[in-house]
Amino acid sequence: MPVEYTERSLLKYTQQVIELFRNPKNVGEMENPTVTATEGDAQCGDMMQMSLKIENDKIVDAKFLSFGCAANIATGSIVTELVKGKTVDEAEKLSIKEISSALGGLPALKMHCAVLAYKTLKKAIQEYRQKNVEGEKQPHT
Amino acid sequence: MKVYLDNGTTTQVAEEVIDAMLPYFTEKFGHPIFVYSLGQEAADAVEKTQEIIAKTINAKPGEIIFTSGATESNDLAIRGIAYANREKGNHIITTRVENPSVLRVCEKLERDGFRIDYLDVDPQGFVNLDQLQNLINEKTILVSVMHVNDEIGTIEPIKEIGKILREQKHKIYFHVNAAASYARVPIDVERMSIDAMSISAHKIHGPKGVGALYLRENTPIEPITYGYISLFKLKPGTENVPAIVGFGKAAELAFDGFEKNVEHMRKLRDKLMAGIEEKIQHVMLHGPRGDKRSPANVNYSFKYVEGESVLLHLDLNGISVATGSACSTRKLEPSHVLTAIGVKPEVAHGAIRFTLSRYNTAEEIEYVLEVLPRVIDNLRKISPIKPGAF
Repeated sequence: MPVEYTERSLLKYTQQVIELFRNPKNVGEMENPTVTATEGDAQCGDMMQMSLKIENDKIVDAKFLSFGCAANIATGSIVTELVKGKTVDEAEKLSIKEISSALGGLPALKMHCAVLAYKTLKKAIQEYRQKNVEGEKQPHT
Repeated sequence: MKVYLDNGTTTQVAEEVIDAMLPYFTEKFGHPIFVYSLGQEAADAVEKTQEIIAKTINAKPGEIIFTSGATESNDLAIRGIAYANREKGNHIITTRVENPSVLRVCEKLERDGFRIDYLDVDPQGFVNLDQLQNLINEKTILVSVMHVNDEIGTIEPIKEIGKILREQKHKIYFHVNAAASYARVPIDVERMSIDAMSISAHKIHGPKGVGALYLRENTPIEPITYGYISLFKLKPGTENVPAIVGFGKAAELAFDGFEKNVEHMRKLRDKLMAGIEEKIQHVMLHGPRGDKRSPANVNYSFKYVEGESVLLHLDLNGISVATGSACSTRKLEPSHVLTAIGVKPEVAHGAIRFTLSRYNTAEEIEYVLEVLPRVIDNLRKISPIKPGAF
């Protein structure tokens, strides 16, 4: 029979996470974003919306909205911070491990929150690329 | 300002309780089974506590067994009575909204070959008495229903259930988990026809690690742990005498001014509920209103925000509360109680439970009503879910 987790570390947040939860960066709606993506759903208890402003393949601004726990809010903050100033290609290479270590680690049970922010970013980039391809297909006027 | 509103989880130990306990660590440290005076002094203290606790629930002192807490009391009562009555039947009835300390025990009994039926509850958390009537059969040996729901404060119709069981052709034992109701809602084991009942010290300003099982005289029960027998056949091992003494003192304090304490909590409860409903939009109360709700329990969902975030923001402001959100648990599922009363998961994730004690004050509630609307408003501002979404 599987034994349930009892280690405190499974739920304990680092000081970095609490600090970003308290004062998240890049939170809010963006005016005229290049692309906006949403991942997760309210039923599962976490949901994130991320908007990117991209100029010449470079992410010049990133913002997020969160319905979720402290880990969700902190990862939204760190991911948007990490991608700002990066090219789309560079941002796409961002890994879950990098996100987690930028937060000083995440409790094991909260890793899915880091995954959600990561997925939202990937989805936004994917949608941006799709938009570009479609844009290129359009006949020049 | 520090405001502790998680008294349903555990409480601060009253100073009088600590004072009562201290001598039993030092000069009165004897083992209660031994005949020398140090031992007898300890045994007297345990017996005195039996008397104190018995009086608060209209039981006999000999019907009180000390355990490590309500979790152990639930396990001992349910498995002990089930195993002892196996020849008579293998059917047990409980509810979907019990504490895990009952549900996990029932699941263990299912693995041992018992059949368990779980009563449904209505949207306010009340069990269905007709369903209970219909489920009872000649194999039914035990019914276990909580007195007060620890999450949403519903006071279950224990007396009515006791009556239904009393009217059956064969004896069906009735166990009640009263951990959330003891010292908050009146209990009378005779009037309520209760055969076994679990209570805990740390929920009433006593120490952690001690509780009691009330067990009606002549109730067939098997021990679930075996070993060295001191004062209680059903609970092997040396009694935690200082904690038992502390439990007694805590019960004395709680029941000395029972009506006054309850009225105090009820006033604070109603003040908090009125304030939340006046100051915050898009909220949903869980559990009933009025006399059928525990005087110590307030539970609301704040829609479009997630409970753990609310809990941590309140914590950063010095306020301790509990949440029904999945994210705060190890299982990542919303509260089984909120699910059972039909709350949608997206709403259950925003549930916050405030539980009161006699030590809380009106000023504390006012402070919470100042901080909470701001916290909810800020979290709604950063939420991708807009009002009206659900």
